[in-house]
Amino acid sequence: MKRRDFMQLSGMGLGAMMLPNIPVMGHSVAPEALLDGGVDVAVKKRLADAALNAAKSKGATYTDVRIGRYLNQFVVTREDKVQNIVNTESYGVGVRVIANGCWGFAAIVDAKTEADTARAAEEAVAIAKANARLMKQPVQLAPQKGYGEVSWKAPIQRNAFEVPIQEKVDLLLGVNDAALKNGANYVNSVLFMVNEQKYFASTDGSYIDQDIHRIWPIFAVTTIDPKTGKFETRQALSAPVGMGYEYLQTNPKDKITGITTRYNKGYDMLEDVIAAAKQTKEKLAAKSVEAGKYDLILDPSHLWLTIHESVGHPLELDRVLGYEANFAGTSFATLDKWQSKNFNYGSKEVNLFADKTQVGSLGAVGWDDEGVQTKKWDLVKDGTLVNYQAIRDQVHIIGEKESQGCCYADSWGTVQFQRMANVSLAAGKTPLSVSEMIKDVKKGIYIIGDGSFSIDQQRYNFQFGGQLYYEIKDGQIAGMLKDVAYQSNTQEFWNSCVKVCDERDYRLGGSFFDGKGQPQQVSAVSHGSATARFNGVNVINTARKI
Amino acid sequence: MSVILTEAEAKALLQKVLSYSKADECEVNLLGETRGNLRYARNEVSTSGALTNKNLAVQSAFGKKVGVATIDEFDDASIEKVVRRSEELAKLAPENPEYMGVLEPQQYIKSDGYFESTASITPDKRADAVAKSLALSSDKKLTAAGFLEDAKGFTALMNSKGLFAYYRNTNVNFSLTVRTDDGTGSGYVAKGYNDFSKLDTAVATKIAVQKSLGSVGARALEPGKYTVILEPTAAAVLVENIFFGMDARSADEGRSFFSKPGGKTKLGEKIVDERVTFYSDPTHPELPAASWSGDGQPQGKMLWIDKGVVKNLTYSRFWAQKKGVKPVPGPNNMIMAGGTATLDEMIKSTKRGILVTKLWYIRSVDPQTLLLTGLTRDGTFYIEDGKIKYPIKNFRFNESPIIMLNNLETLGIPERVVSTETNQNYILPPMKIREFTFSSLSDAV
Repeated sequence: MKRRDFMQLSGMGLGAMMLPNIPVMGHSVAPEALLDGGVDVAVKKRLADAALNAAKSKGATYTDVRIGRYLNQFVVTREDKVQNIVNTESYGVGVRVIANGCWGFAAIVDAKTEADTARAAEEAVAIAKANARLMKQPVQLAPQKGYGEVSWKAPIQRNAFEVPIQEKVDLLLGVNDAALKNGANYVNSVLFMVNEQKYFASTDGSYIDQDIHRIWPIFAVTTIDPKTGKFETRQALSAPVGMGYEYLQTNPKDKITGITTRYNKGYDMLEDVIAAAKQTKEKLAAKSVEAGKYDLILDPSHLWLTIHESVGHPLELDRVLGYEANFAGTSFATLDKWQSKNFNYGSKEVNLFADKTQVGSLGAVGWDDEGVQTKKWDLVKDGTLVNYQAIRDQVHIIGEKESQGCCYADSWGTVQFQRMANVSLAAGKTPLSVSEMIKDVKKGIYIIGDGSFSIDQQRYNFQFGGQLYYEIKDGQIAGMLKDVAYQSNTQEFWNSCVKVCDERDYRLGGSFFDGKGQPQQVSAVSHGSATARFNGVNVINTARKI
Repeated sequence: MSVILTEAEAKALLQKVLSYSKADECEVNLLGETRGNLRYARNEVSTSGALTNKNLAVQSAFGKKVGVATIDEFDDASIEKVVRRSEELAKLAPENPEYMGVLEPQQYIKSDGYFESTASITPDKRADAVAKSLALSSDKKLTAAGFLEDAKGFTALMNSKGLFAYYRNTNVNFSLTVRTDDGTGSGYVAKGYNDFSKLDTAVATKIAVQKSLGSVGARALEPGKYTVILEPTAAAVLVENIFFGMDARSADEGRSFFSKPGGKTKLGEKIVDERVTFYSDPTHPELPAASWSGDGQPQGKMLWIDKGVVKNLTYSRFWAQKKGVKPVPGPNNMIMAGGTATLDEMIKSTKRGILVTKLWYIRSVDPQTLLLTGLTRDGTFYIEDGKIKYPIKNFRFNESPIIMLNNLETLGIPERVVSTETNQNYILPPMKIREFTFSSLSDAV
């Protein structure tokens, strides 16, 4: 599902009504269908073997088969109404082959027989052969050992699909009621749950069965000033996570108190919406920012998106090489910068790492979508660029012997390719709290929550907004600001990072809908950090008169 | 059986589905599609594939209690199962106060977006089209990355009151980025058609090649307010944000650009220059679309902004009843009227300005003013005394399409374009705008 489809479905987008009828990916199904076990592993192995054999007999030199069952549930509400309860299921097979040195891929919905999966394999080989004349060099695939029959399950405590709808509806309507009671004019809230049941088989001898869960509770609170007609919104400070329904269980140890409460591994949606309703009124009355240079204190609920755009994306090797030149773009972080071993991506405080194993993160899996076991590795060490994110058909270019395990497809119907691992900023090693950090700031802005975001196609120039902006004057928070966005350049920005709070403040944010590829695919990815300080960043005022 | 059913086959299948219904009301949606694509980069093919997909969705209602279930299998037992399941769900559901019931049979105007030329594309035909493009970029020692995607499909709808609707469609989109080997120049082209025989990948490639070579050696201009000429590809990603915001309910509720203080809306008000007219028309020969919306409401030609005045906002059936007006479904296409100037004439009449050929990463900054941000990309040029003088470095802009269409100088000849943000196709003219706001420079090429 594309980000815009989701916005339409959930009614959270601006253009919900004007878009032509875009089908939701997957099909709506009865709730009980979400709980059946899907296709048995032994059956999946038989279906996969039929595809592996068919591809081989047609001349493929490598084949992988993904049999996927993708379940989604959305509960969508506004004010005192449930607008929509949608259960979707999507099942099919995608077969990828190398034939005549060229990739080919074909996918078929509802592939329940060996004839279906074999047909997909044959179609994939035909496509590879037709396209082989457009290849200059045959695909070079890093060797990968087979793992035999293995499995991986996300370590969730409470399967969100087993939680009764009534409990979810009660939660959201309770949240909405609290927002209205605290002065909001409108409130939308959504619970979004995902379960990927993925089976992977390849000619390397792997048969990998995986069960992945994700959840994302969100809301948007709107308050209108009746005199001026101005409106302000505040969105949830939740994060999408690779967890079960336990994410919605509140626990005092997961709360970070301060100017507003933020959350770690447990999210108190009711508490957050009450704060949000009050803050929309504060926002209406807030001072419009004076444009200029400020020291920025960025909360992890905000900084994740800056990491995502200015570190995660430019360090994807396929972008660096030009494979995304026609859509997502290329990268300023070219191979010569990496080869020099002294490219200052950021200041000495900046350590950035990729990790596909972090528990509770959106990107955590046991094996990636080309059968590579996942791991953790450094991207930027003490400010210096040291590595990229790469998969099996590229990794030889950076002198590695094996893939880093970050290949992903968003459906059985799409081809797997390099996607971002969880990319995070390591917490500072010296003990430092947020209040200690703010104490030293003379003229600054403290930003919480993610807002508007935009970055160029080589990842130099970016602009970010947030949910809450607080002015800092002489080490004290001096009140709320509005109309704030900051603009910077990636290398300049990360070199202006002077301090990162310690491990106690480390939290994950993330994206459910990172877009890349043609046809466009989405990917869910987390980004961790502690609160960090960036000196002398350019802030603009976004207010306009019409 | 092919997944693409004819009108008669779709009608027979839908009648069979409805024959199993025991609910007060039943509505059935049916779709089938096949898609194919060829993706390439670094002057060679990268990932390419094909997809076959079909689906049947059944909505049953008892009073205002509604349930939906879907299935991929079309044998009799499966069809009966999906109908029963939707009925069980409806009985369990809470009443939906916004459920308006299914529509009586409607009259639809004829529209057809299906072309055999596109429906019969094979992997070899795709490879041929791309080979033509690659030959041209390789000749100039440039690096090409592109994407050719085609689709054929149908959707059909029938309900228990006898309403039936069917639409068949093919589509092909081709996009290409050509970069110089040293990475200092980049040019782009995108073309969208229903009819594959209209796509000439060689002609399209020459446009991208010219922009790529022409953008080498870009100079930096100071950010600030400039007169700009937006090619249709650049204009599309800005003005589509106006269409996406035209929902009456949000406007009535006071939380959209189309709201006014005191619960009023901008319906009937002039919001942009009087030369601006937007309309939708499913029978437009260059941009055919279905003449019915997902719930079966008919779609004809509809004015949205006429001579700068807001003529219509979309009203769901529920909201229309609440407000005592006629429902207005969201359109299936969008066309902007233009002028008679060619792009060359628009450049010739410009004393000092910037030609913007493409924009990138458009995001809303303030929904109240429709303020957007984003950057220029793949070919931006300085114009002086009616001539393109030299390529310039990319800018970030912060601008509202509403402010922009109030600062209108000239509209050119409309053409079909593909939005690089949403993949939607529109018909839009190039436009000359004064005082367009660029806020910072970017080093990106």
